[in-house]
Amino acid sequence: MENPLLSARAEAFPAGLRVLVVDDDPTWLKILEKMLRKCSYEVTTCSLATEALDILRERRDRFDIVISDVNMPDMDGFKLLEHVGLEMDLPVIMMSIDGETSRVMKGVQHGACDYLLKPVRMKELRNIWQHVYRKKMHEVNIETHSFGEDINILCNGFEDLEDRNLTDGTELSSVRKRKDVDYKDLGDQELNDPSKLKKARVVWSVDLHQKFVNAVNQIGFDKVGPKKILDLMNVPGLTRENVASHLQKYRLYLSRLQKQSEGNCSGDISADPINTDNKGNFALKSSISIPKESVLTRHVGTTESLTQGIITDVHVREIKRTLPVGVSESKKALVGEIPSTQKASSIPQLGVYLSFEKSAPNVEEKACDPTTPKDFMQYPKQENLDAFSCLTNSNHQASFDLSSSSVTSVISATFTNEKDLNNPCEMNPAPADPRNGHFSATPPVACMIGSVSFQVKHGIVNSHDIGTILKVDGSPSKSTDSYIDCTHNQGCFPITCELSSNSETESDSWPDDLHLFAQEHSNWFKDSETGGEYLYDHFDEYLFAW
Amino acid sequence: MECSSLHRQLAIIKKNLFDQGFLDEQFYQLEELQDDASPNFVEEVVTLFFRDSSRLLTNIEQALREKHPQDFHRLDVLMYQLKDSASSIGAAKVKNECTVFRELCDKENLEGCLRSFQKVKKEHAILRQKLENYFQLQRQVGPVEKATRSGN
Repeated sequence: MENPLLSARAEAFPAGLRVLVVDDDPTWLKILEKMLRKCSYEVTTCSLATEALDILRERRDRFDIVISDVNMPDMDGFKLLEHVGLEMDLPVIMMSIDGETSRVMKGVQHGACDYLLKPVRMKELRNIWQHVYRKKMHEVNIETHSFGEDINILCNGFEDLEDRNLTDGTELSSVRKRKDVDYKDLGDQELNDPSKLKKARVVWSVDLHQKFVNAVNQIGFDKVGPKKILDLMNVPGLTRENVASHLQKYRLYLSRLQKQSEGNCSGDISADPINTDNKGNFALKSSISIPKESVLTRHVGTTESLTQGIITDVHVREIKRTLPVGVSESKKALVGEIPSTQKASSIPQLGVYLSFEKSAPNVEEKACDPTTPKDFMQYPKQENLDAFSCLTNSNHQASFDLSSSSVTSVISATFTNEKDLNNPCEMNPAPADPRNGHFSATPPVACMIGSVSFQVKHGIVNSHDIGTILKVDGSPSKSTDSYIDCTHNQGCFPITCELSSNSETESDSWPDDLHLFAQEHSNWFKDSETGGEYLYDHFDEYLFAW
Repeated sequence: MECSSLHRQLAIIKKNLFDQGFLDEQFYQLEELQDDASPNFVEEVVTLFFRDSSRLLTNIEQALREKHPQDFHRLDVLMYQLKDSASSIGAAKVKNECTVFRELCDKENLEGCLRSFQKVKKEHAILRQKLENYFQLQRQVGPVEKATRSGN
């Protein structure tokens, strides 16, 4: 079944190459468009990096290559580069008037397949198709060395294997059989038809990436290597090269995050868009739902292991919004350090971590607000959540210790305040609410809370099954609950949460009762309406937030 | 005769623009892009440049007027944008002065920056005037000729 459009384009290659040009300078955009059209390429222009990402996500398969300027107002070009590399795996060419070696090197490090100096010449643009072709060739080579049938699983992501236990070989083979036919059609044409090689690209779906991250954490970030990861991941058809290139991107991403959290905002990084002025007003919203029959793998971690999420915002939002928080797994600390607050009145910070293992019944989903994909409600009906106890210490640290034997992670909540905390926060376990399976902890906090941080002390989190949402109740006098809004971090990325206020009248006081409900949630991102895409919406939203 | 005299005038003006360093190679590139599909491409691009760069100059001016401490990083970023833009049409003198400004910015030399900025503005205005004259003459001459390099 040949798509006539595809084959026509294939024959004309490189003419018809679909290019996305991103440049904030309107003059350059016009010139580049004209130049690329003269090369007989199909050009789409945009002047914002965020816009470019939207376009790419929306029409994932409609572009062959991206050309972007390094200096963009809304996002660092290197960041865009990373995104495109991680999410879409398209070749990206960087452009800049600045030809300094360090910059060029940075571009290459971040995965740019070329770095053009402005003013860009026609002849340079005429050759960009090489990068597209080279990439396809690379992918074909990978395939000829792997189990052909299994590639189809990769090609189409792991959507089919969502709720299945991936270690069940029989299921894999049944998927395999279905895909057989598709692959064989593809097989003969690959080498001659670069434009059809799209199908061969390894898609780093949410699940696959999650496995990757699991493997990395299990090995230990310092000792990691593509071969080890590959072995651990145990994904048939995946090759060392795939893993190696993904690892490289991942490393870049992490190093960038670490730099940011060390406070090295060099101006390239856009300010946290969710910063607000309501620093004192907030309530925590969160909910965690327990997955159904989930078997969460455990990695024994040391007590030093921490996964720490960073929240850099206080944000007034409606009560009923919650956002699941992805939990990452780490054997060693994969810490996004809490960025130092720069001023006294700066944004409170909240770290969220989680990791639970529990089986749970259905997770019921409420409708998402389509306009704000982050808002997401989960009301688990599960009943088997073990009680967890909260411990507090004089440093206003409250830790949730999941006392169940199967759970080894500890969540500690630290309340810090810009002003003096007169009353230490105590979080006591509240009896489980059988109706909704929530367990709550009530700190009698009557002071203004600057920040809440939760740390998983035993660093055990199952990455691909966890979504955690901490729910915090407002004062009993209020009938409404407040929730921690948390954006999800994929894999072991730090987690961002937003603290929101449920009360504008009590702007200066923390709710009397701070109930922290911890529930487990699995595959929330799968359960969500947007499926795997949802993750990526978050992915960049919180990345923006850094 | 009138026609060829105008042609000659045009050619001389253009040659001067290049010889005196107002324009560089990039301008030729723009002319080569001009074709039947976009017969006024060069003029359109130049117009776009002056519109956008005026905005940038205003921003820089505002930034320079801000109270101390002067945010040199921001100035650098703004001037970078102007330089980037200038390179698109081959505005060589403007581009060079932008570079000088940025170097002074690096050294946090406010006095120097202020002086340099005045030069940038001046070069910008001069080029604008010259190119306006050039396009006006070009329209008078008639259908656009294909780009010829000076010295051909």
